[in-house]
Amino acid sequence: MEFSSFAAALGGGVLIGLSAILLMIFNGRIAGISGIVSSAFFADKKLTDKGSSEKASGLAWQWFFIAGLVLTGVIYALVYEQLGLPAYEFDMVSEPMLLIGGLLVGLGCSLGRGCTSGHGICGIGRLSLRSIVATCVFIAVAACTAVFIH
Amino acid sequence: MKTSSIKKTSFIKSKVVALLCGVLFGTGLLVSGLADPAKVIGFLDVSRISNGTWDPSLMVVMTGALAVYMSLFYLVVKPNIRAGRAPVCDTQYHFPEKKTLDTHLILGAGLFGLGWGIVGICPGPAIVNIATLDMSLGLFVVAMLFGLYLGKLIKSTQPDMVKAG
Repeated sequence: MEFSSFAAALGGGVLIGLSAILLMIFNGRIAGISGIVSSAFFADKKLTDKGSSEKASGLAWQWFFIAGLVLTGVIYALVYEQLGLPAYEFDMVSEPMLLIGGLLVGLGCSLGRGCTSGHGICGIGRLSLRSIVATCVFIAVAACTAVFIH
Repeated sequence: MKTSSIKKTSFIKSKVVALLCGVLFGTGLLVSGLADPAKVIGFLDVSRISNGTWDPSLMVVMTGALAVYMSLFYLVVKPNIRAGRAPVCDTQYHFPEKKTLDTHLILGAGLFGLGWGIVGICPGPAIVNIATLDMSLGLFVVAMLFGLYLGKLIKSTQPDMVKAG
């Protein structure tokens, strides 16, 4: 592993951790992306009425977090060529596999109540047993699957 | 009147915080390479260890993120909770109610791992990359949203079957 990619991985990881802990310190919320997306799109009454401030409403905070993520992606899309950064490819697998993969990711994160961020960082970061177990399971299964498919 | 205006200010602040945290999180995903499916598969496909092309950087990303999150959680958040203090912009901390293992957790994590291993995209990178307007990614995102909705339906109709722990 080259130093530059090591530094990028470490620096990027620090930014992710910082973002997640700031959301906890300021808003008392877990930065779990699957949960945030699910709440934003499919919030039920029970969820939006929970907590005193949520009722005052307007757009739920989850939409603001999502907007931040998308905004970053927009900026990247605008500047990556000038900066000599790579464009990512998303078609490593066929279209049916993309659909199956997406369905499994969504269904799995919903049933398991978390993904890489919610369980892998926020959950393990506070030593939650559920998150430690879930992360071990999804990384192990993902590694076996990737070996088999790629 | 005064308390309600304070509440309203912190409510607006919490949305600004959420937006900025989203930007920071997305930047982290892009800088670290986690937003690149090829890089993720390069990590997950551990058979590449044998020919020296395995990319361990995802482990470095998680280590960096966890080091920051865990240390600040135990230095700042935990003492705050113990002292009964609320977060800066909210009246309480929000943690999951479930504490024990159950079948939904294990099954869900397994299904997520299966999907992640096939495509190399997890929810964060899926959202960050929407701006590419890539059709393949679009298919993935639509299917993921459907999956999230399906999971929500299942959770509401089927309570966890067996307590595993």
